[in-house]
Amino acid sequence: MRTSSPARTAAPTRPVTRVLLAAALTAAALAGPLTACGAPGGDPDTVRVVYQRSTDNKYRILDDYLTGVKRQFEREHPGRRMELVPVQAAQDDYAVKVQQMMRSPRTAPDLVREDTSLIDSDVASGYLRPLDDKLAGWQDWKRYLPAAKALVTAEDGRTYGVPDGTDTRGLWFNKEIFARAGLPADWQPRTWDDVLAAARAVRERVPGVIPFHLYTGKGPGEAAAMQGFEMLLYGTGRDPLYDPARKKWLTGRQGLVDALEFVRTVYSEKLGPDPTDALDPNVSTRVTAEWLPKGKLAIALDGNWLGKNWQPDGSRPWPAWSRVLGRAAFPTQHGAAPGRVSLSGGWAWAVAARSRKADLAWQVVETLQTRSNALDWTVRDGQIAVRDDVAADARYRTYVPGIDFFTGLVAVTRHRPALPVYPQVSSALQEAMEEVATGDAAPARAARDYDEELRSFADTAGDGR
Amino acid sequence: MTAPRRRALTRWLPLAPATVLLLLFLAGPVVWCVGIAFTDTRLTGQASASWVGLANFRHAFADENFRNAVVLTLVFTVLSSLVGQNTLGFALAALMRHASRPVRAVTGTIVIAAWVVPEIVAGFLLYTFFHRRGTLNAILEALHLPTQNWLFTLPILAVSFANVWRGTAFSMLVYSAALDGIPQDVTEAALVDGATGLRRFRHITLPMLRRTIGTNLMLNTLQTLSVFGLIWSMTRGGPAHRSETLPVFMYDQAFLKSLIGYGTAVALLLLLVGGLFSAVYLRLLREE
Repeated sequence: MRTSSPARTAAPTRPVTRVLLAAALTAAALAGPLTACGAPGGDPDTVRVVYQRSTDNKYRILDDYLTGVKRQFEREHPGRRMELVPVQAAQDDYAVKVQQMMRSPRTAPDLVREDTSLIDSDVASGYLRPLDDKLAGWQDWKRYLPAAKALVTAEDGRTYGVPDGTDTRGLWFNKEIFARAGLPADWQPRTWDDVLAAARAVRERVPGVIPFHLYTGKGPGEAAAMQGFEMLLYGTGRDPLYDPARKKWLTGRQGLVDALEFVRTVYSEKLGPDPTDALDPNVSTRVTAEWLPKGKLAIALDGNWLGKNWQPDGSRPWPAWSRVLGRAAFPTQHGAAPGRVSLSGGWAWAVAARSRKADLAWQVVETLQTRSNALDWTVRDGQIAVRDDVAADARYRTYVPGIDFFTGLVAVTRHRPALPVYPQVSSALQEAMEEVATGDAAPARAARDYDEELRSFADTAGDGR
Repeated sequence: MTAPRRRALTRWLPLAPATVLLLLFLAGPVVWCVGIAFTDTRLTGQASASWVGLANFRHAFADENFRNAVVLTLVFTVLSSLVGQNTLGFALAALMRHASRPVRAVTGTIVIAAWVVPEIVAGFLLYTFFHRRGTLNAILEALHLPTQNWLFTLPILAVSFANVWRGTAFSMLVYSAALDGIPQDVTEAALVDGATGLRRFRHITLPMLRRTIGTNLMLNTLQTLSVFGLIWSMTRGGPAHRSETLPVFMYDQAFLKSLIGYGTAVALLLLLVGGLFSAVYLRLLREE
C-alpha cells in the first residue's frame, strides 16, 4: 500500500489541507476493497435466491430441489443465472440473517424463502414487495387453496408471497409401547386428560421410555411456541391469543394458565423427557433420528413431515415406521367442538422490496411453482399440498403412509396471528413455558409475566374469559 | 508555521491513515449505535423508527430480566475472571518456574491449547463435559460421588468454569513474563536477609508485579464481560434465564425479540459496566 510522500520534501504552503487530503486518499484506497461489492444488486441478469439450509448435514432436500430448478430455469432463460444463497442456521437465526440482508439494497436478495408467520412483520418493515400485479396475470394462482392464500395475505389485504406447501400437526404414538402399557392401537384421546392418562400408563408400565414429548422453551424456539404451546392454547377457545374483531392481543386468559398447567404437569410428573434434553435446541433432530426410531418415546406431539424422514429415500430410513407408529389428532381441552386441534404454517417464496430485479425474481417463482415442480417439491419435502391439482394427484395421495390423515386436519387447522409483533409474542410464550417446565414459576405467575411482557410491546385487551 | 508545529504535523502524518480508518469504521458505528439506543428501532414489524429519549433505559431498570442479567454478569466476571483466571494463571506461572522442563512443556501446551481453540469449539467441548450424561458426571460416578445436572441446576457455575478453563492461559503467560522480569539480585538479597517464602512474596513479588496484576485484571475483565459464544453454545442463557449474562440478554432482545433499540441501550449499559471496572483498575495502577 503506497502512502503519500512525506510532507518534508517540499515545504508545503498549507500542510494541514495536504495532510488531510493525503489521509483521505489513503483511507479511500484502503476502504475500496471493503465496499467493493460493486453496484447494488450486482449483475442485472443474475437473480439471488436466499433459503435456509438445515443444520442437519444429512438433510439437503431443499438444496437438491433448488439445484434442479436452477438448471431448468437457466435452460429456459438463456443468459440468465440463478444464484443460490443458502443460509445454514436454525430457524430463528435464519430469520434474523435474512431480515438484516433485506434492510439494504446493497445486500437485499431478490427472492426469499420466507416463513409465512413473519410475512406481516416483514411487510410492516417494508422488506417485501406486494405481488398482486404478478398474480393477476398468472394462470396457476386460482389453483391455490383459500387457506393457503390466507397465509400470504398481509393486514393490508395484499398478497406478498406464493406458498409452496403447508403442514399440520398431531400426535404420533408407538403402538408397540402402547401394547405393553395396555393402551389401544387405535388410540384417539378426547381431552387433555386422556393424553396425560396415556402418558401416566406408559410411565407406570414401560420403564425407561419417555412417555410424552412436546416442544418446550427457547431452545426449540418457534417449534415450542407453535407446535407445543399453541396446540394446547387453541384447544381452550376460538381466538386464545389475539382478538381479530377488536384487534387486540389478549391478557389475563384462563386458557393460558391452563395450558401452562398442562406443561407443568408433564415435567413435574416426569411424563416428558428430562428438562435438559427438552430445552436443548437440537431436540427435534433427536425426536426424529433417535427417540422415535429406537423406541425411546411413546407419544410425540409433532408435525406431518416426520414420516418423510423415515422413508427409504429419507434422511433417517426406518423400514418399520409405518407399522410401529399410529397417528391421532390432538384433542381440545375438554373435548369441545370441533374436538381436534391443528396449527398450520408454511413457507412461501417472496420478493424483497429492495431487489432491483423483481421481474426476474417472479420468473423464478413461476418456474418453482409449475404444477410438476410444485408436486415434486411437496412430495420430496413431505408437505401438505396447497394446490388443488397437487392434492388430487395420485402420486401425492400415496407418497407417504398417513398423508390422508394429516391432509384431513386441514379442515380444522388454524393459523398463528402472524402480525408484526408475533415474533415477540412467540418469544414470550416460549419463556413462560420454560419457567414452568423448570419449576421456576407456577403457571399463574408465568401467565402474569407473559401478560406483563405483552403489554410492553403490543396493544392489549384484558379478557378474563 | 513554526518549526515545532510543523514537526508535530509531520509526526502526525504517518498516523493519519489509521486515524481516518478508525474514525470511519470504529467511531462511526459507535456513534451510530449510541443514537439507536435512544430510538425504538426494530428488526422487523415497523415502518420507521422514532426517537424515544430515555425510554429504553427506563425499561431496562424496570425489567426484572435485565436486573437478573446484571447480577449474573457480575457473578460470571468475578468468579471466572477475577478469582478464576487471574489466581489460577498466577499459581500456574509461579509453580512452573520451579518445575522441570518436561512438566513445564506439557502443562504449558495443555493450558495454551484450551486458549487457542475457537470459542465455539470450546463451547461444545465443555457442553459435552458438563452435560447430564457427560464426561464430568461419568468421572464422578466412577468415583462414587454424587452427580449433578450442571447445565440445568447451576448453569452460571458451569459457564464460569468453562471460561476459566478457556482463558487461564492468557493470565499464565502474562505472569510468567512478569515473574521472569523480577531481578535475581533482589530475591537473593532477601534470601540472605533470611526472608521466608511468604514474606518474599508479600514484600518483593507482589509490589513488583502490581502493575502487571492491574493490567491483567483489566484485560481479563473486559474480555469476560463480553463473552457470548461460549455461553450461547453451552446454555443459550437458559434454562429460564439462569445463565443469561448481559451479552446474551442483549442478543435475545435485539435479535430474537427484534428490539434493536432496546438491545443497543443494554449494550451501552454494558459498556458503562466495563468502564467502571476499568476506572477502578486504573486508580489501583496509579497509586505509586
